[in-house]
Amino acid sequence: MAVIAYRDALNQAMTEEMDRDDRVFLMGEEVAEYNGAYKVSQGMFDRFGGRRVIDTPISEEGFAGIGIGAAMVGLRPIIEFMTFSFSLVAIDQIVNNAANMRFMSGGQFAVPIVFRGSSGMAGCLAATHSHRLEAWYAHIPGLTVVTPYSSADAKGLLKSAIRSDDPVIFIEHENLYGEKGEIPDGDHLVPIGKAEIKRPGEDVTLITYSRSVKTTLAAAEALAEQGISAEVIDLRTIRPLDLDTLITSTVKTHRVVVIEENWPYCGVGSSVADRIYQRVFDELDAPIGRVATLDAPIPYNRALEASMLPSVERIVAKVHEVMYR
Amino acid sequence: MSQVQAESKPIVSRNQAVGWLRQMMLIRRFEERSAMLYQNQKIGGFCHLYSGQEPLAVGSIGVLREDDYVITAYRDHGHAIARGMDVKLGMAEMMGKVTGCSKGKGGSMHFFDAEKGFMGGHAIVGSHIPLAAGMAFASKYQGQDRVCICYFGDGAMNQGGLHETFNMASMWKLPVIYVVENNLISMGTQLERSSAVLDLTARGGAPYGMPGVLVDSHDIEAMAKVTLEAARRARAGEGPTFIEARTYRFRGHSMSDPMKYRTKDELEKAKKNDPIIAYQAILMDRGWIDEATLHRITDEVKQEIEEAITFAEESPETPFEALYEDITVAPYTPQE
Repeated sequence: MAVIAYRDALNQAMTEEMDRDDRVFLMGEEVAEYNGAYKVSQGMFDRFGGRRVIDTPISEEGFAGIGIGAAMVGLRPIIEFMTFSFSLVAIDQIVNNAANMRFMSGGQFAVPIVFRGSSGMAGCLAATHSHRLEAWYAHIPGLTVVTPYSSADAKGLLKSAIRSDDPVIFIEHENLYGEKGEIPDGDHLVPIGKAEIKRPGEDVTLITYSRSVKTTLAAAEALAEQGISAEVIDLRTIRPLDLDTLITSTVKTHRVVVIEENWPYCGVGSSVADRIYQRVFDELDAPIGRVATLDAPIPYNRALEASMLPSVERIVAKVHEVMYR
Repeated sequence: MSQVQAESKPIVSRNQAVGWLRQMMLIRRFEERSAMLYQNQKIGGFCHLYSGQEPLAVGSIGVLREDDYVITAYRDHGHAIARGMDVKLGMAEMMGKVTGCSKGKGGSMHFFDAEKGFMGGHAIVGSHIPLAAGMAFASKYQGQDRVCICYFGDGAMNQGGLHETFNMASMWKLPVIYVVENNLISMGTQLERSSAVLDLTARGGAPYGMPGVLVDSHDIEAMAKVTLEAARRARAGEGPTFIEARTYRFRGHSMSDPMKYRTKDELEKAKKNDPIIAYQAILMDRGWIDEATLHRITDEVKQEIEEAITFAEESPETPFEALYEDITVAPYTPQE
């Protein structure tokens, strides 16, 4: 097992899939000659050339749509948004064309495309460049939404996303690009739609994803010192939700907290909580707790920004609340 | 709009010309009967008719290859029929039947026929313009010489995605033909109230480094000619062409449009220049059809549309189970 950074894991996934399948290509702003704004596509232009690693002008709506059109006729594009914040400019393409095409055509067309890129509150980027859009995209029937936390998942899930016959929104976290982790050797694939128990526990279930997994694992460590055994689940895929894993854990611990970097209202946590309530309300010993980013636009000021994020302290406090301690 | 001035030396054979005339008549009949069915509430939603614009779609699609891609906006019945879609499938779609070209899930604005290379009617104005470039991109990527022809209205000239795409399509020399169907009115907004530059040919071509060509699409053979040249350029790797095809719609923007933005006089004048009647006269002049042939075609077309209506009416509704079908290729789990 090699230990590599999240960004290199993503690079390996794309490189291996492009080696395997000529229909796969990468398109986006600065992905080729500049080697990627976050160096995720480092070396790929040299390896594959300009036919398959394509720099675009700053035209997100245009190149998102070009990708969808190419996917409709058999190619398997990877479209990089320098950050998912910029996908807002292309949202009509993603929602109306990528997500709806198969249904609207009565099943005549598939759209095997991956939209991927960085996301999240990465530090002093302010309101326009800090968006977390997984809840937006997970709202849409027809889209698959993936949010890897570890290097192994970054690679394995991206390879699965590229092989998927459906449009996948693959949301990376800017603060994870440099994080290192072990990756299994060989053709490492992680199935879409499966959550992972990152830490088993008995007293409370902590459900989270992406960068918040790190904070939540630290909170679980702090809770262990207080004699509280927390089970930490990384959703990995936001849509479709791996409800079975969540239900099994809820039935075991009877207490749940959902942690996310989104705003709370209409966030991922609202839907996760709703689905658990609908299935196993009677198993719960307390209302489901939620820890989300505070409900304000993201400020530039470093301390202000940090104050809104789910922190170890906020998670621990919320766990105490659902345990009536 | 001037009367049809087909060239003395036609670029089509007699058979092809008669076929085009028949297609135009089929589209017109399809639209006329659709309007009646809409008024009888057999067709729902938004319904945009192509009457008056027939030679534009028929003359351009008529010179393309079977493996080329055709994509258009929401006024899509004419292009689908010109591409050879069975009118039964179109009529059934309008009535929301499972036998429809999109299984009753798309309706009037979202006709699709993958087998014929008809890549859809698309209902967000301008949203399909990047898709067309994507299909052309795929053709080039795979070393093919298939072209994509993409139609949109003059209203779409003001959507940002068009300008982004024109820039990339031209820079990358994609084999795509962009055709603005300039009927001079974007829903109810005249061109002079929506475009700072009234010369759309100049606005869409030169600024993006591609040829801009103006054509009076009432002249079906002129439309065919400019399309042929655009397709030749595209296949030769010379990149996209922008065609401004002047046209006129006889109906409102959609079925619910009272057309207060134009006078009866203007409409009557346009209808006197009906391009289908004009082409009938030209083919008679050439001795390519006679009255008897015209009557026969008229009767055939009527019968074909009536059969399509019967087929649509007798087809089953799209069943409730279909709601969860065709959403993803992978098994679909509703998040409920």
